[in-house]
Formats: sequence, C-alpha cells, structure tokens
Amino acid sequence: MASNITLDFEKPIVELEKKIAEMRALADTLDIQPQIEDLEGQVDELRADVYRNLTRWQRVQIARHPDRPYTLDYFTHCFTEFTELHGDRAFRDDPAIVGGLARLQGRPVMVVGHQKGRDTKSNLYRNFGMPQPDGYRKAFRLFQMAEKFKIPVICLLDTPGAFPGLEAEERGQAEAIAKNLLLMSSLRVPMIITIIGEGASGGALGIGIGDRILMLENAWYSVIAPESCSSILWRSWEYKEQAAEALKLTATDLVQQGIVDRIVPEPVGGAHRIPEEMFNTVQSVLVEELESLEKIPVEQLVQQRREKFYGMGVWTE
Amino acid sequence: MAWFLRKSKNISETTQREMPDGLWTKCPSCATIIYRKELEEHAFTCPKCEHHFRIGSNKYVDVLFDPGSFHEMDESVRSADPLEFTDTRPYKARLKEAYSRSGLPDAVTTGMGTIDGKVISFGCMNFGFIGGSMGSVVGEKFLRAAKRSLDQRVPFVFISASGGARMQEAALSLMQMAKTSAVLSELAENGIPYISILTDPTTGGVSASYAMLGDIIIGEPKALIGFAGPRVIEQTIRKKLPEGFQRSEFLLEHGFLDMVVHRKDLRKSLSKVLGMLGGGANA
Repeated sequence: MASNITLDFEKPIVELEKKIAEMRALADTLDIQPQIEDLEGQVDELRADVYRNLTRWQRVQIARHPDRPYTLDYFTHCFTEFTELHGDRAFRDDPAIVGGLARLQGRPVMVVGHQKGRDTKSNLYRNFGMPQPDGYRKAFRLFQMAEKFKIPVICLLDTPGAFPGLEAEERGQAEAIAKNLLLMSSLRVPMIITIIGEGASGGALGIGIGDRILMLENAWYSVIAPESCSSILWRSWEYKEQAAEALKLTATDLVQQGIVDRIVPEPVGGAHRIPEEMFNTVQSVLVEELESLEKIPVEQLVQQRREKFYGMGVWTE
Repeated sequence: MAWFLRKSKNISETTQREMPDGLWTKCPSCATIIYRKELEEHAFTCPKCEHHFRIGSNKYVDVLFDPGSFHEMDESVRSADPLEFTDTRPYKARLKEAYSRSGLPDAVTTGMGTIDGKVISFGCMNFGFIGGSMGSVVGEKFLRAAKRSLDQRVPFVFISASGGARMQEAALSLMQMAKTSAVLSELAENGIPYISILTDPTTGGVSASYAMLGDIIIGEPKALIGFAGPRVIEQTIRKKLPEGFQRSEFLLEHGFLDMVVHRKDLRKSLSKVLGMLGGGANA
C-alpha cells in the first residue's frame, strides 16, 4: 500500500522510490531495466536497514501511522462472521470501543478493541480512540457474555488513553476501568490480549488483562504517552524522544520486563505497508495461542493468569 | 480597579504536602492557628472548618487502631529502579531524597492490627513519598497484605492517597493496577471484606484499580477523587470545572462512594460495618 504520509526517517526511502518511478516512466524509450532493478534492491535494503534500527520514538510514530490497520480492520480480516454488538445497557454505545462475536478459523470468539478514526469526521465519532466509561462497561458486558457461553475473549489494544473529560469523570471512568480489571482477573474463559498500536496507560489496560499478552513489533505500551511524560517530568513537550527512551515502551522492552509474552512480527516498513501480510500473521498467531490455552483446565487457567500478574514488578528486599 | 480584584475566592491549595510537625499549625483552608494537641484530638482535622490535613500512614494507624496493636510488615521491600530511569534527575536520586525527607520505605505502609479487638490486614499510602505514586513496591506490598487477609480470613482495609502510577517504573507501574485488582478478585471469591478508604487526593492508576474496588468505599470529606486530574480535564475540554467537581461529596452524589465519613468517625464506621460483614475473627 503506497502511503501518502511520510515519517521523517522514511524520507530517504521515499526519495529513492520516487527516482525509481521516474526511471520507469523513461523505461519505454531507454534501456534502463537493469538500473531500475538495482535501485529496487537498494530500496529494499535501505528499508530493512532503517526498520532494523528504529529508535523508540520512531516506533511510537509508526504505531500512530494514520494508515496503520485499526481494530475493525483486524476484526473483518482475521475473523469471519464478525457481528458487532453495541451498548453498555446503561447509558450509551461508545464508538471508541468496539466488540462483538466472530469466528476465528471456525470457532466462535468474543472480540473487543479500541477503535480510532481515519479522518476528522470518523475521529470525532470515535473520539480518537479514547473511551468513555460506557466503552469499558460495554466491554464488561461482552466479557460476561463470553463467560456465560464459554467463548474465548480476544482484545485488541490501540488507544491514546481513556478520555479525560467532565462527563467521563461524572460517570466514573476510574470505577469502570477498575471493574474491568477485577472481572478480567477472574473470567473463566481463555483470554488473549494483543497490543496492535498504542497502549496508553489505564485506558489500554482497561481491556488488557489476559492469559497471553501479545504485542505487534512496532506497537508501544506504557503508563503514559511520551509527550505527556515529557511535559510532567521535563516540564516541556520538547523531550518526547528522551521520554520514549526512558519509558522503555517497545515490544522488545516489554518482553524484557516480563510483561509481554510474545512479539508479533510486522512486515518490513510496518503493518500499514502490507496489511494483508499483517492480518495473516495475527490470525495464525491467535489460532496457535488459543489452541494452547484451550488445553488448560479453566480453574488452572484463571489461577495461572493471576499468578502471571502477581509476578510483575521489580523490587529489592 | 477591576484588575486588582481576585477572580476566585481562594487561592487553590494544590501544592500542599503532608502536615508539618510543629507546635502550632495554620489551617490552609480557614487560616485558624491550631495547637498541636487540639489537632491530634480532632484526628488531624481543623476543629473550626473541618479541613482534613493530609496525614501519612503513621498518623492513620494512631487514628484507627487499638493502641499498640499495629505491627508493620514488609518494610524492607524497596524500589529497584529496573529501567534505570532518568529524566531531569535519576530516579535513584529521587528515591534517596524521598527516603530521607519522609523517613518512609515507600509510598505505602502495610501491616496488621486490631480495631475494637477485630484483627485487620491494613495498608495505607503516603502521599508525602513521591506523590503517593504506585510502582512495583506499592503493588507487591498490596498483594502481600491482601494475601494475609486471604490466608487468615480477616478483613482488608486500605487507605489510598496517590497521584497515580509512578512514571519512573513505566509499564511495570501500570501492571500494578492489574496485580492489585487480580488479588482482590481472590478476596471477592472467598468472601473476605475489602474496605477502601479514599483520601485527598486519589487519582490516576490508583483510583482506576484497587481504590474503586472496595465492597464498601468511604471518602474523607472534600477529598479529590478521579481518574484524570482537574488540570488535564480543563486543558482537554477548555472549560473551567464547576466548584466541588471530583470531590468526595460529588462522587457520593453520583453514586461512586458508599459514604463520606469525617476522620474522627472513621474508626467507629469501620468497626460497625466490619462487625456486620463478618470476616475478622476476634483477637
């Protein structure tokens, strides 16, 4: 997929691609096919090189790429018969969290995830993927339903955070997230969490407890976004790169910290470059993980899940 | 001379720390000068305007427990700076300063004691230690205290005072929300009462996990309680927040607290509800 958006560090790649395009236009009149192929090889090498050596801040930028596949893209491509279920049965339907029934290679699953918008209009509708309490309560309802019908849960995380608004506070943002954490700690079905883009703080974790925590290669997950961290600790928005480094928020970092179980590789150039490849990878990883979880008796599964989180943290004594 | 008039009635008290130790204390709310002994008799609240001073775990132990019954536990659990975090200053330096300034091991103190003879597993946060922020130590000590409730089948009482998760431990801090909530799900399954007391302030990751998960949730009068801090909300919605927004009384009205209790009555209220909820063998 050719993207209209170029990130800073992608500029040399894009320039080379432009050159190739120009040469192709001349290829009818001139015999330059070998040179074109040579340049194409160079582009691939350059891209592989750039993407091998990404800084943490660069990964944050890829995680936020406007062309990156979002939750609903995965729901419709990795699953069949996706049937969206709406509403928290209390106040409203929050479009920033979507969920419903679907089949993963034939078996029914409950899917839940944060949803961002692609343009101004859809971003306003989705509130930029920032849920209100109603979104968390919709997720709560779907989790309970999954348990009732013994259907595994799959959650996709991609949010810049829970919405910090007046109504959100009035309706108990904190309580809504907390209740989900409690429920997800004891839900008697297999649960797989995948961070597909941005995993910002409690807003992400609010649908983020499970038996297996997977993370896309270029996603980020932390207690705060680098910009906000910069503004609080450095008292300026200018130190986002340093903040991203200090927060150690990439998939590799989180595996080292014992938080993430498995990194899901992205196509070279990021998930948005070859979405089909990304969908296939995610689908096969989910199937594999689910098959191994389904072998574990449910009592043991729940206790293992709790023990997994009990083990998180580093201290001395 | 309109420019000379102050727009808001009071200058806000956002930087106020835990109470100073001195013979005389000035109430930050009504400016009354209060004698130390009088303050203690009023459970560290202003006898005139009922302002609740921010106090740490040591003073809450005095307010709540039968004299001499409380024993601190796990005080040797310390932050390890797993990410070697440095912003304008290294995390290690911040910790060192916090130890010496507060005399505390971290943002939480845990242990066991009796209230009216009833054995309680207890934890209390210290806002004076890096803003009561929750990192690995808070999570681990919370887990152990909750496990003691589970093992000994006694109620769990926890007092929150926190600005949220500790940034210097990044995602590890975030995971403490999951860790603490997970152990509370075990308490819930085993019918062990968990009482959560929210004091000024309780925000961020702490409010969005264990603070809001009590079987009974009690707020101290006028405590700031919320997920997002008021400044962040004002920046987001570009509006001034109404008076009393995110205060205990506001949460009570909106259905998120069971009761607002004056600190002087906290012990009595706890003893009463714990008596009726069961759990809690007599010492």
